[in-house]
Amino acid sequence: MTFVNRGDAPVARMRNVSLCYGKTVALEEISLSVPAGCMVGLIGPDGVGKSSLLAILSGARVIQEGQVEVLGGDMRQTRHRNQVCPAISYMPQGLGKNLYPSLSVEDNLQFFASLFGHKATERRRRIDELTQATGLYAFLDRSAGKLSGGMKQKLGLCCALIHDPDLLILDEPTTGVDPLSRYQFWELIAAIRQQHPGMSVLVATAYMEEAERFDWLVAMDAGRILATGTPRELHESTEQTTLEAAFVALLPEEKKRGHKAVVVPPFVDGKDFALEARDLSMRFGDFTAVNRVNFCIRRGEIFGFLGANGCGKTTTMKMLTGLLSPSEGEALLFGHKINAKDIVTRQRVGYMSQSFSLYSELTVEQNLVLHARLFNVPEADISARVAELLVQFGLENVPAVLPNSLSLGIRQRLSLAVAMVHAPEMLILDEPTSGVDPVARDNFWQLLIELSRRDYVTIFISTHFMNEAERCDRISLMNAGQVLVSDTPAVIVNKRGMKNLEEAFIAYLRDISPADTEVLSEEPELVADPNEPRAEVPAVHRHRRIFSFSRTFSYSRREALELLHDPVRLTMALVGSVLLMLIMGYGITLDIDNLSFAVLDRDQTVFSQNYTLNLSGSRYFIEHAPITDYADLDLRMRSGELSLAIEIPPDFSRNIQRDMPVKIGAWIDGAMPQRAETVKGYVQGIHREWLINIAKTHYGKNLALGAATIETRYRYNPDVKSLPAMVPATIPMLLLMIPAILTALSVVREKELGSIINLYVTPITRTEFMVGKQLPYLVLAMLNFLLMSFFAVTLFNVPVKGSFLTLTLASLCFVIFSTAFGLLASIFTRSQVAAIFFAAMGSILPAVRFSGMIDPVSSLEGVGRVIGEINPTTYYISICRGVFNKALGLADLQSSFIPILLGGVVMMGLSIALLKKQEK
Amino acid sequence: MMRLANIYRLGVKELWSLWRDPFMLVLITWTFTFMIYIVGSAMPEALLKVPISIADEDDSPLSTRIVSAFYPPQFMAPVPVRLSEIDAGLDSGNYTFSLDIPPYFQRDVLAGRSPSIQLNVDATRMSQAFTGAGYVQQIVLDEVNSFVQRYRTNTVLPVDLEIRARFNPNLTHAWFGAVMELMNMVIMLSVVLAGAALIREREHGTIEHLLAMPVTPGEIMLGKIWSMGLVVLVASTLSLQFIVKGALGVPIEGSVLLFMLLTALLLFSTTSMGIFMATIVRSMPQFGLLMMLVVMPMLMLSGGVTPRESMPALARNFMEIAPSSHFVAAAQAILYRGAGFAVVWPQILALVIIGVVFFWASLAYFRKSISQMV
Repeated sequence: MTFVNRGDAPVARMRNVSLCYGKTVALEEISLSVPAGCMVGLIGPDGVGKSSLLAILSGARVIQEGQVEVLGGDMRQTRHRNQVCPAISYMPQGLGKNLYPSLSVEDNLQFFASLFGHKATERRRRIDELTQATGLYAFLDRSAGKLSGGMKQKLGLCCALIHDPDLLILDEPTTGVDPLSRYQFWELIAAIRQQHPGMSVLVATAYMEEAERFDWLVAMDAGRILATGTPRELHESTEQTTLEAAFVALLPEEKKRGHKAVVVPPFVDGKDFALEARDLSMRFGDFTAVNRVNFCIRRGEIFGFLGANGCGKTTTMKMLTGLLSPSEGEALLFGHKINAKDIVTRQRVGYMSQSFSLYSELTVEQNLVLHARLFNVPEADISARVAELLVQFGLENVPAVLPNSLSLGIRQRLSLAVAMVHAPEMLILDEPTSGVDPVARDNFWQLLIELSRRDYVTIFISTHFMNEAERCDRISLMNAGQVLVSDTPAVIVNKRGMKNLEEAFIAYLRDISPADTEVLSEEPELVADPNEPRAEVPAVHRHRRIFSFSRTFSYSRREALELLHDPVRLTMALVGSVLLMLIMGYGITLDIDNLSFAVLDRDQTVFSQNYTLNLSGSRYFIEHAPITDYADLDLRMRSGELSLAIEIPPDFSRNIQRDMPVKIGAWIDGAMPQRAETVKGYVQGIHREWLINIAKTHYGKNLALGAATIETRYRYNPDVKSLPAMVPATIPMLLLMIPAILTALSVVREKELGSIINLYVTPITRTEFMVGKQLPYLVLAMLNFLLMSFFAVTLFNVPVKGSFLTLTLASLCFVIFSTAFGLLASIFTRSQVAAIFFAAMGSILPAVRFSGMIDPVSSLEGVGRVIGEINPTTYYISICRGVFNKALGLADLQSSFIPILLGGVVMMGLSIALLKKQEK
Repeated sequence: MMRLANIYRLGVKELWSLWRDPFMLVLITWTFTFMIYIVGSAMPEALLKVPISIADEDDSPLSTRIVSAFYPPQFMAPVPVRLSEIDAGLDSGNYTFSLDIPPYFQRDVLAGRSPSIQLNVDATRMSQAFTGAGYVQQIVLDEVNSFVQRYRTNTVLPVDLEIRARFNPNLTHAWFGAVMELMNMVIMLSVVLAGAALIREREHGTIEHLLAMPVTPGEIMLGKIWSMGLVVLVASTLSLQFIVKGALGVPIEGSVLLFMLLTALLLFSTTSMGIFMATIVRSMPQFGLLMMLVVMPMLMLSGGVTPRESMPALARNFMEIAPSSHFVAAAQAILYRGAGFAVVWPQILALVIIGVVFFWASLAYFRKSISQMV
């Protein structure tokens, strides 16, 4: 059975599918049949439900309501999902979203290939073929994070194609990619489709120009389908020439209200320059982000700035706002040189950065007021100015709303309002309209045109959209830090003799990167013979083993590589535990010495001095200057200078000789009870010794022989030193805390970065995922254990008296528990911060307080006692002390292994049970 | 040029941001209430329910008397064992102490042969071993002495040692634990809040906005310092009043106002530290890991857990540059011993100097690296 669809059966069918995120409706009653074997486009702006729909079709997201059939089976059934999962390939939205940026191109491809169960030679063949076809072959060693946007998307495509899918799902694959790379990307897809005529491709896109070339389109808005059909059918039904206009025409009436086509009145040449850049350059280390950029912008002009992500647009804009100081060259704003330290010129510029970046914790009005104040708008004018802006930008209904609950289009208007709050003469806007729907974009442009033509505000804007670029008075095309061309849109198109701006730009880009185009022009041979590799793949498709070591190890390998590439986590893992061990070894010392004491001697005889000498001779006490009177005693005890004050009464010596009872007063600083208890013990002991001594020397009585004597044997630690007792106990604490925190980051990181999607859409099972994740941390934790044992023996001089093998075995069991605990913390939480917090709080408190580290569990009460009894750390500490201090072996300690093993199994079981194989 | 108005407004903005961040609010509330309460109330006394076993080979009235002298809450009821079982009991950690009363013990005592009892101590249990051994000896000897009193007269010299513990007469451990936990939370949260305030701006991209406005890095930093410092100051004062004094019933000797001044000075340096650390790291998780490595040593080695004078000289001298050591020393003096300004001024001076140095260093670094942040 293969899943290639022949004939007219649809590749996917949806019936009444709805999806909600909390109160937000993402999809509403969608019914759709996607034809097989062709290129299907999903069009519509961001946030209309395109991504949700694709995620459902790929099986990544749980179906809340409705029926979904993909490749001839019900996607609600886990069995069917598991079966078709290798036949579907899903490339999520965002540049390289499911890739691992710190891994090389090769490692990324190897990871995906081994998840689908290919053998090593087969992997090599496929990787070489795909990378040669996409032009990535030369960059196999480069890390994915350092690729350009276009190359990242090509890599994403390679990863998606590595297992020959029947259904290829691409979510906005070309957003943020330069026109040439975009063009090449579609060429590549076309070539692949030629090789695999049966493959269905489902693409979401916000670029209407691209969608013109697709076979069949689905237009979406607000979780609903507006229309379906071929591009020609959509044109005809709406009587529009462009797809963008057709889309606007399809929108419901209330959305279109107030929308009119954007007309740009001609620009009347201003007299002076608003902004001039002269040989502006910016270097970060070896990398030249901006290279000798020149342009002049007249007052009141709308100047467009185009280029791919990472070509230096944003860096240029930052230099113009004074956020960055240029490495070379200069920029003039209204004739003044822009200086990062010059606060006055900032008053004349309004800046709106890429994506929404206002305070999401402040309401719309609070944001406006804060910025007005910081821009020194006079306090008296603020409320009027804010009210005016609210009306002008259509925000009058939402002044007390938090920005996050507003739609993207309204948020962008708020950003613009904030940038305009101090009535600047110059606006610098960095991709203000990306992700905004066409109607909202047009409304936004109406505002810009009004500002430019009516108020003579100079506007410097960067954009990805060609129809926006056409509205600018002049544009510059930037690539790899250099401006390729700078002129009016019409002149640029005419110069190259092209039909439109996009083609003109592709022509310019081709001029400078012939190497790239060559690769494509050679008619790539993607798969040598379409029948040959397909013959062996179904074997993998059908027999999905319950537990596959190769999939598990592919995750372990990837996790280990990522860890090796992250210096902060690696330092924490290796240096952190040793550093903390040193600190705790010394810090949690219960040895008490160097105690300061002073004497208020009101007798001043040889006898009383002898008593003082006896104290100061002890190794625990250090004598300070004698106390003069009670006031002195009080002051010095309050300041903490003295831990002990001794008061010897007058007539001390005389009374002793007369056999009259005398009392020596000892004042102990009780602020630190533990220390006070010890001081008490010391003083009592020294006092008793003194008595025996005096009795012997002065009276010849032998007091030492009491009615009975007590022979105290301090076992395991004869000197009663803190270190030998504490060091073995710090090892369990650190082996709990550090592996738990590190592992806690592992799953939640994937959640935050988006690569968790690979768990949802590849054949890996939950157990394989968990065990695979855990393995590298186990190795790391065992390394930590060896390191800490080494330092315990060498640096702290705490010898291992018992069986080290037993200890190693126990440590292995214990780190299985602690890493599993970290995984559990990781599955519960949604952000890395919460995971760290959860793992730290969940491990430190029970480990320090409720595990017998300081106070034995048997002395605890209530909840603490219960936690202590079920806490595997308790048993591991007793094994550690048993081996280090008590010279015990496996036979003596075996009963302590059971709770540790049990803890590990329970934690791991819970983690696997709670992990979701689909997104909720 | 720094303008106070900008500093004020930027600080108010921080307070709003914090107010609408449920995670941080929960963290603050949790640490300043439950954490302190749990640690304060769960702190066992030095000797509480100490497990002890006794091998009574004599089985005489005297030995029975000794066995019955150990009772809760200080000791658990002694478990009778055989001589051969003592080692196993200690090995497995079931008992901290094991007494062996030899055969014919009572007979030998009465005969004046001064027989000896063997006391085995598990010396890996540091918190009980030393103090506990003293107690056990005292209890046994008292029993033996009062037993023989009836037969012989006392021969001990009439010199008595009268020990009184000042500031905490019963040496209640909870007093120490609760206040120290409060101080730990002050140190930890001020670093977290100030650092998180900067990282939040960076992750949301708002720092870029601020810098494009007519405000200076110094104003941005001071805005965060005063607002986050204020939050911790208010939270710690409330916690001192209602949790430490109120719920836990710890008597506070000294002036709360002086303690607040001291805390404010500490917060100046710790919030600067938080901002410095947030400048170094790239993301919140990295900040979390770095914080563990910096704040943990500060908490452990500042004298809030164990006395500083007993630490190795290297650790002791190095921690002189940490503001927390001076804070802990002065706070202990004020809160436990009722010390006034005349007593704690050296620590206050040290905190001022350290705070100024930390602030300028952080500001210099913040200014330098701010261009790489956007």
